[in-house]
Amino acid sequence: MNYSLANIWLIIVLLGAGTYLIRFSFLGLLGGVQLPEWVLRHLRYTPVALIPGLVAPLVIWPAATGGETDPARLIAAVVTILVGYFTKSLVPAILAGGASLYLALYLL
Amino acid sequence: MPTSTRNSVFWRGTIDAAPFLLVVGPFAILFGIVATEAGLRVLETMAFSVLVIGGASQFAAVSLMAEDAPTLIVLATALTVNLRMAMYSASMVPYLGAAPLWKRALVSYILLDQSYAVSILKFEKEPKMTVNERLLYFCGTMVLVAPLWYVFTWVGAVVGSQIPPEYAIDFALPITFIAMVAPMLRTPAHIITAFVSVVGSLVLSVLPAGTGLLVAGVLAMIAGAQTELWMERRQKQKGVAE
Repeated sequence: MNYSLANIWLIIVLLGAGTYLIRFSFLGLLGGVQLPEWVLRHLRYTPVALIPGLVAPLVIWPAATGGETDPARLIAAVVTILVGYFTKSLVPAILAGGASLYLALYLL
Repeated sequence: MPTSTRNSVFWRGTIDAAPFLLVVGPFAILFGIVATEAGLRVLETMAFSVLVIGGASQFAAVSLMAEDAPTLIVLATALTVNLRMAMYSASMVPYLGAAPLWKRALVSYILLDQSYAVSILKFEKEPKMTVNERLLYFCGTMVLVAPLWYVFTWVGAVVGSQIPPEYAIDFALPITFIAMVAPMLRTPAHIITAFVSVVGSLVLSVLPAGTGLLVAGVLAMIAGAQTELWMERRQKQKGVAE
């Protein structure tokens, strides 16, 4: 990370303020405004639209191996997806992902 | 309202939100580890958790900062992750909209996934609650979760800077993210959204840091919304045929 300290604080403060304004938006300022159906329809998908795209390059080209695809990390990612999808909960998925990563790193 | 009722409504919220304590602790530790791993000091890591108090967006910001993405891209991506909270804000208006402005301003700070999910269930189930009871309940849901988020961020940040590289802690971030998203894949529309997001961001990774992800994210959102529409139409046609 090569940001100046001031730049880091700028990011933190603006992100904090922006997030607060999103939360305060309707409750505080736009109480009577009804969001149109098409906007709601897109908002529903924001986390699922961004997080997988954020994570995909980290899985395929991990920085820790110099961008080289790493079978242990791929296996851990797949295990995490499967456990998360079928248990529908966060903590078992994280634990299974971590365990499979260490197991694969140890065995491979 | 007598004090005893006030207290019990407040603590009811705390009890109903208690299962989240199990998730928030480890999640906060991971954020502390990932943030210090990316190069933030403990103080800035704590500032993230206190000022932003939004897990997924904090992880998103820190992972882009680790790649030295431009400030605007970091902000745009992390704020887009939080856009869903506008939906929460809108859906709280019928329940909390009558409260004084300063109270609405205060509870807005803690309007996040967990407080929303627990409270909206309760408010819908018990329409006779007064605005004050709803506010108390809502604050009750966060009275343990929020401090836990701060404290365990600090634990993670302090511990994280001491973990040697052979522990592959770099992969804590992808695993956490995947574990967050996998349970969200409830419908075909969500699965298609995730798929477009992955393919889009990989194909567009040639673009400058973070911009490909934003474009992929918008495309994925559209794909999700369109799939939802398409499925609704199909459902209707089926209904007519029967």
